[in-house]
Amino acid sequence: MTDVKTPAADIKAINSILDAYSGKTGILIPLLQDIQEKFNYIPREAVELISEKFHIPYTKITGVITFYAQFRTEPVGKYIIRTCMGTACFVNGGENILDAIREALNVEIGATTGDGLFTLEKVACLGCCSLAPVVMINDEVFGNLTPQKIKTVIENFKKRESK
Amino acid sequence: MSERIKVIVDGKEVMLEKDANLLSELRKAGYDVPGLCYYEKVSHTGSCRLCVFRRKGSAKLETSCTVAVCENMDIELFTADIEEHRKNLLQLILASHKHDCMTCEKSGACELEALAYRYGLDLDSEIFPSIVDKTLKKDKSSPVLCYDPQKCIACYRCVKACDEIQEKHIIDMDGRSFHTVVSAGYNEWGGSDCDGCGECLQACPVGAITSKTAAGKGRHWELGSVITTCEYCGVGCQLKIYTKGDEIIKVEGVDAPANRGRLCVKGRFGHDYIRSPERITKPLIKENGAFREASWDEALDLAAKKFMDIKEKNGANALGGLASARCTNEENYIFQKFIRSVFGTNNVDHCARLCHASTVAGLAITFGSGAMTNTNTGFEDSDCIFIIGSNTTETHPVISTFVKNAVRKGAVLIVADPRRIDLARRAKVHLQQRNGSDVALVNGLMHIIYKENLHNKEFIEAHTEGFKEFAEVIEKYTPEKVSKLTGISEEKLYFAARAYAKAKNASIIFSMGITQHTTGVDNVMSLANLAMIAGQIGRHATGVNPLRGQNNVQGACDMGALPNVYSGYQKVVDAPVKEKFEKAWNAKMDDKVGLTVVEMMNAAGEGKLKGLYIMGENPMVSDPNLHHVEESLKKLELLVVQDIFLTETAKLAHIVLPVTATLEKDGTFTNTERRVQVIRKVLEPLDGTRNDWEIVADLAGRMGYKMGYGNVWDILKEINALTPIYGGMTPERVPSGLHWPCPNAEHPGTPFLHKDGNFSKGKGTFKPIEFKEPAELPDGKYPYTLSTGRILCHYHTGTMSRKVDALNAYVKEGYVEISASDAAKLGIQNGAKVKVASRRGEIIITAKITDRVVPGSVFIPFHFVETAANRLTNDALDPIAKIPEFKVAACNIEKV
Repeated sequence: MTDVKTPAADIKAINSILDAYSGKTGILIPLLQDIQEKFNYIPREAVELISEKFHIPYTKITGVITFYAQFRTEPVGKYIIRTCMGTACFVNGGENILDAIREALNVEIGATTGDGLFTLEKVACLGCCSLAPVVMINDEVFGNLTPQKIKTVIENFKKRESK
Repeated sequence: MSERIKVIVDGKEVMLEKDANLLSELRKAGYDVPGLCYYEKVSHTGSCRLCVFRRKGSAKLETSCTVAVCENMDIELFTADIEEHRKNLLQLILASHKHDCMTCEKSGACELEALAYRYGLDLDSEIFPSIVDKTLKKDKSSPVLCYDPQKCIACYRCVKACDEIQEKHIIDMDGRSFHTVVSAGYNEWGGSDCDGCGECLQACPVGAITSKTAAGKGRHWELGSVITTCEYCGVGCQLKIYTKGDEIIKVEGVDAPANRGRLCVKGRFGHDYIRSPERITKPLIKENGAFREASWDEALDLAAKKFMDIKEKNGANALGGLASARCTNEENYIFQKFIRSVFGTNNVDHCARLCHASTVAGLAITFGSGAMTNTNTGFEDSDCIFIIGSNTTETHPVISTFVKNAVRKGAVLIVADPRRIDLARRAKVHLQQRNGSDVALVNGLMHIIYKENLHNKEFIEAHTEGFKEFAEVIEKYTPEKVSKLTGISEEKLYFAARAYAKAKNASIIFSMGITQHTTGVDNVMSLANLAMIAGQIGRHATGVNPLRGQNNVQGACDMGALPNVYSGYQKVVDAPVKEKFEKAWNAKMDDKVGLTVVEMMNAAGEGKLKGLYIMGENPMVSDPNLHHVEESLKKLELLVVQDIFLTETAKLAHIVLPVTATLEKDGTFTNTERRVQVIRKVLEPLDGTRNDWEIVADLAGRMGYKMGYGNVWDILKEINALTPIYGGMTPERVPSGLHWPCPNAEHPGTPFLHKDGNFSKGKGTFKPIEFKEPAELPDGKYPYTLSTGRILCHYHTGTMSRKVDALNAYVKEGYVEISASDAAKLGIQNGAKVKVASRRGEIIITAKITDRVVPGSVFIPFHFVETAANRLTNDALDPIAKIPEFKVAACNIEKV
């Protein structure tokens, strides 16, 4: 028996995603993407439910999840901060931007702030080198940053949330 | 037949098998092609790239493990540049492998180590420096295995062995590139569904997966090894047991026809009981209620005198003996000879009575031969497998892998079991019948086959008798009626009946769920009817296949450790047979059928049976209604027990004789598929113990009957001479593992019985069978249906398996499986203690809430004496086979 930690509502939500794929094969990756879209990560309960419903071995699913960088196994914040460390950003002081974010949020790379608002990530290149150094927060791009500028951006996000 | 074609390898012509795997063929032809990821038994991976070759004229290197042998192949295999390429690859593999060979368990048997030596690798290479991720931690959470990711070369052999051979798929690869590791998912290995079969361990080419139980006990080159037959279940797996001095270090599966190298957790890790300090090594005599040690002379003289006194005073039939499905063919043969010649009675039986007596009787009536018709590995080629009353994954783990392999290849699996057993998940349809409604179910399937005109008219006409009367009975079992009787939907019945009848080759597998009923013989005959109506018998991958439980239960039956037959099922009531044995054994035989196990217990209870000789059985745990068994055994004037441990039964004995264990002796076992296999001495016997057959022969001598055998092979020769089905199983031929019948020294053995519908008895007989309810049904006072059985990691009465730490780490004590709804109704939490009571007794046991049982039913494994399921079971018997109804008893459950 599954030791269920997820709220019943979430189990229901997972099942309704699974139901859309009922009877189909070769669905694992799109199915995992849908689940991540809904939850921001892949809850373990979802892996168990997929395994049971689609007769896919449990470890085959975890193998796929850990193979692709796109899948997350831990919950992430509401805002994902992608700090660019590509060549252009790096030579334009990307490291200082990263340090400033760390300081402002008191969070390490890959981790999420205690209030569940921000997850800090380091990425290789965001593809807008002319704006270096660059940070993306969810879908929004912030370029030509300085440590002070990024701190202000983060403060603005925090203010927006506290309203 | 496979065609061999010409291939040019490095300019030399060789003949290889067309379409076969090129690497495998090259190796067979004597080319020592290196390769780490290729594992003959699973699909190829092609990742290590050491087995590369180049086609003449091409610049490209290809992996020979992913290519089939084809026409016009002219290849380069061992040129200097390819060898240099391999050396570089090996340096790379070595760079990602922690080479702590000096302390590694695998050293001496490691394939990477061997290649590193062969190619003269530079261990301190600065061109290929170590890239081992030192942060990766060992996973030691499994009770039997240790995984070291720093040594893993990500070859996939373990993952594929777990998936493709054992069909469990517990492990897979996590991560990517240098961080690829074998993983059991989010959980550690120990928290997964891994059952410890160790197929991954056997597949691992390096020291990444190692045995915890062998750790630190010896380097590979210090170990001796012996090939023998597993002493646990009836599959008859061949083991290669590695020893050092007087200790068993590790076990590998041998690529033999019965098991193809596969093992289960018991076969691989379950042998430590053999050096348990609880082994008995001195004969014991009970005086004033306590045992004292005695010499062999004193103990045997006393036994001889007392047995003779009873015989003189009360007659031969006041004596009896229980032989053992755990002992060898030779020992069982000697034992029944002793009971018949020295005691002068046919009161000899053994625990086959409690498992497959109904099979022996039921199949003898219908087919003429009461044994598994086909082979273990034959299931792999079946198109449809109907499993009824067999929890194969737990009771015959290795056979279940062949079933699962068939399902992977597309076979339709039909599982009929009141519990949602593991195989039910793999089944196209799970028929969850009400306990004890099997005859109705099978009649219902045959009704559909008959009504839909799917019956095999040609087969029925040519090879069977009694179809007309039989058809009249099945006419009555309409799907509607059967659905009501069994609780299975009509739709499922139709699906199963059609799938079975239409399959090209369909097999039936059954076990205790069919036999251990008061209608056991009826159940078995119903399955025989089913095979005949569809003509699914007499060919490879078909038949009616009772899976025999114990290592040598088939052999003990074959050897005549039964009250009605001599060895080879020659009837004691047949005058010419009796004469033959009287002449051969130089003694007078009784011409009346003797008492069965449960009848002997009853006779002892009534004071009619006064002396009982038990060789290696433990009825104080295995028999039904234990309270009654205990009372009966206590009434005996003389109980002599020989065993490796002071079992619950031995504790009640007047004289206890210490014997050698299976792994300490030579002889033969006959596995479930009628294959006679050799057992060989792995360890020297403990000082003070003697072989069962030597004790019996010595006792016979002291009772005035000479048994002059020099060794077990002398006994086998006598068996050959007196037992037609074993006629050709000579000491010289038994190592080749032949199936009986094998009447003479030229006969190749008989893998499947009743070839082309030619039944052992001539024509197969249809028996019309009406459904009858079990002896005891749930009622107001005892509202639950209790069923009993075995689990994977323990065996029979637990005498051996419960003395093995590795097995106890999986399951240590008994439990009762109960459905969530019943538990809620009774206010029982998972893991709480409950009282289970029947009309015969009660036990306190831990509750395990599960969806394996349906509401209203409970299940208790019978291995555990403290929570002995058999205190509750019903000793009501099948009228023909005298098998008790272990599978249905009414019980009540209370919170305590």
